[in-house]
Amino acid sequence: MKSIEELKAIKAKNRGDMSVRDAKGAPVINVHMGTCGIANGAREVLIAVMDEIKTRNLTNVHVTQSGCPGMCVEEPLITLTIPGEKPYIYRKVSPENAKAIVTRHVVNKQPVKEWLLNLEN
Amino acid sequence: MDFYRSHVLTCAGTGCTSMDSRLVRQGLHDELAKRGLDKEIKVLETGCFGFCNMGPIMVVYPEGTFYCQVQQQDITQIIEEHFIKGRPVERLLYKGQEAQATTEMENIEFFKHQERVVLSNCGKINPENIEEYIAEDGYFALAKCLDMTQEEVIDTVKKSGLRGRGGGGFPTGTKWDFAYKSQSDQKYVVCNADEGDPGAFMDRSVLEGDPHSVLEAMAIAGYAIGANKGYIYIRAEYPIAVERLGIAISQARELGLLGKDIFSKGFDFDIELRLGAGAFVCGEETGLLQSIEGKRGEPRPRPPFPAVAGLWTQPTLINNVETYANIPRIILRGADWFAGMGTEKSKGTKVFALAGKVNNIGLIEIPMGTTLRTIVYDIGGGIPKGKNFKAVQSGGPSGGCIPAEHLDVPIDYDSLMSIGSMMGSGGLIVMDEDNCMVDIAKFYMEFIQDESCGKCPPCRIGTKRMLEILTKITEGRGEPEDLDNLQILASNIKNTALCALGQTAPNPVLSTMKYFRDEYEAHIYEKKCPSKVCQALLSYVIDPEKCKGCGLCARNCPSDAISGKVKEPYSIDQSKCVKCGECMARCKFGAIDKK
Ligand SMILES: Cc1cc2nc3c(=O)[nH]c(=O)nc-3n(C[C@H](O)[C@H](O)[C@H](O)COP(=O)(O)O)c2cc1C
Repeated sequence: MKSIEELKAIKAKNRGDMSVRDAKGAPVINVHMGTCGIANGAREVLIAVMDEIKTRNLTNVHVTQSGCPGMCVEEPLITLTIPGEKPYIYRKVSPENAKAIVTRHVVNKQPVKEWLLNLEN
Repeated sequence: MDFYRSHVLTCAGTGCTSMDSRLVRQGLHDELAKRGLDKEIKVLETGCFGFCNMGPIMVVYPEGTFYCQVQQQDITQIIEEHFIKGRPVERLLYKGQEAQATTEMENIEFFKHQERVVLSNCGKINPENIEEYIAEDGYFALAKCLDMTQEEVIDTVKKSGLRGRGGGGFPTGTKWDFAYKSQSDQKYVVCNADEGDPGAFMDRSVLEGDPHSVLEAMAIAGYAIGANKGYIYIRAEYPIAVERLGIAISQARELGLLGKDIFSKGFDFDIELRLGAGAFVCGEETGLLQSIEGKRGEPRPRPPFPAVAGLWTQPTLINNVETYANIPRIILRGADWFAGMGTEKSKGTKVFALAGKVNNIGLIEIPMGTTLRTIVYDIGGGIPKGKNFKAVQSGGPSGGCIPAEHLDVPIDYDSLMSIGSMMGSGGLIVMDEDNCMVDIAKFYMEFIQDESCGKCPPCRIGTKRMLEILTKITEGRGEPEDLDNLQILASNIKNTALCALGQTAPNPVLSTMKYFRDEYEAHIYEKKCPSKVCQALLSYVIDPEKCKGCGLCARNCPSDAISGKVKEPYSIDQSKCVKCGECMARCKFGAIDKK
């Protein structure tokens, strides 16, 4: 270890990996994975979300799953929760759309209106 | 970058490991791999969460779901419910007094009253990965110190008010200053990780969960006093801690955080382990240094103190594990922050191993000044089975028993001393109405007898005499003058023993004689043990009303003391009874009682 910069670089790299453990304050992308969701391709959506996060090296974004919210015809569904805002629910999400939601909404902060289920948002 | 959507932290401390947390971790790992989920979900080891009686503990992020008592057979359900469907497995959540199950750690009463400073990385990082320690600002304190002067570092430690956590409570900054001012071209830094108090596992948990904090602090100490060599003296009975320290030292060397010219500041420092064989007296600093030198672990008179003449007669700084673990935090967050916690003369927090008759057995960290009541009732969750509290033993074999009347005393070095106990290294053993205080005093005296090195007569012979008197009392042969004799022996040993092992050995007897004299008197004058512990003073009797005459007791009695006719009440011949209690344990009708 020759300098504090080297130490800082190690810290920065690992903080990213460990941000999953920082419980509060991160946007949460929740993929609904009830039986209906899984049958409609929710797993592929989940994998697409994770791939996009990986390629873009995003940190401090949480990916979670939950059961069926009761709107099976609209599956696969994603609920995106940004701290301090109402949840955004995306309907009939395909793997491509999922990647686009990560880029456009999570990174660029622009909700993709046409895919939203709850338009009041 | 690898992105995992979930991190699963599983406790790899000694407590959970003994409950097979390793198998749970391996099982989870294998099952995730089988289902192709191992690229999404990462399973990690971490240090002790402290909630040991609820182990094995597992925390799932990002939700922060806190699972208790996780067994191998729970793995499938956790994967299917939590990882696939995203709902917590209710039955593995913590259910306290409130019927409502809690998912998050901070909502659990056990954690609410705690302040985790020394333990802040335990349960949060993987102790076998130096990079995770660095991610939590690890080794930044060392970098900062190398930009300060030696005096500035020592001053910061002084101003923080930190006192030694090994038991004595000596001001740490002052000790560093002594070692700094001792002139020599070779000085040493030593970490005391012997932890010999029965029931104590604070230092062990710090070393298992956050070994780098101690390495970093020792390097800081080395810089401050002008030493380039450190030794950690740890008992071989701590295999997990030894292994993690070994890993930590080699990772630190690999990154150049130990070794030559650290941070290009011309400072060299390296650390080696020395394993002890688990003798209590080797925790005493001069005994410990002898042992590192390869000699018999016997204390020697002080002065000279180790800071003047220690290892191989060179100036040596010796501090306890927890003392060191505080140092990087003090350097980074400042002396004022640290001095803002605690009482006037005892700053910061203290880690305790909470054990005995209390619901939540485990490892806790509280700000100095917290009362015993908060520890026993709020954190500890009270006494099991609705029994009554009797005392808390603190300070191990050097400490004393604190009765209910002192439950509201704010804990610090001085207050504990003033009520006849001491802080010690942090063992707290809770006792209830079923504990006999004479028997407890005898237990500690037996321990001292086993562990006395025998070098000085007061400790070797004096404590033997005390033990003989205590044994006599518990066997119903006590005489009125025994109490005075105990008192005289105690004060002579305190005044004349060579080291603090002997000097403090009478404390458990003195404090129980002070607060529970009535129990001693009942043993001596009435030949009764009020808590019904001392076998010789008990008699087992059969209640003829309840006895159904099944004969089970008689068949199991090893001394043929029980006789009777089937279907009629049996009776015990007291002259033959050896008081083993077998009959009482066997009786299906609760007809046998101790009196
Ligand atoms: C019999 C006896 C046993 C001791 N055992 C330990 C021990 O296990 N760990 C420890 O840190 N200090 C122990 N000490 C205290 C050490 O002698 C010494 O005071 C301490 O390591 C100094 O570190 P500190 O100033 O950081 O507390 C013991 C003392 C005595 C008399």
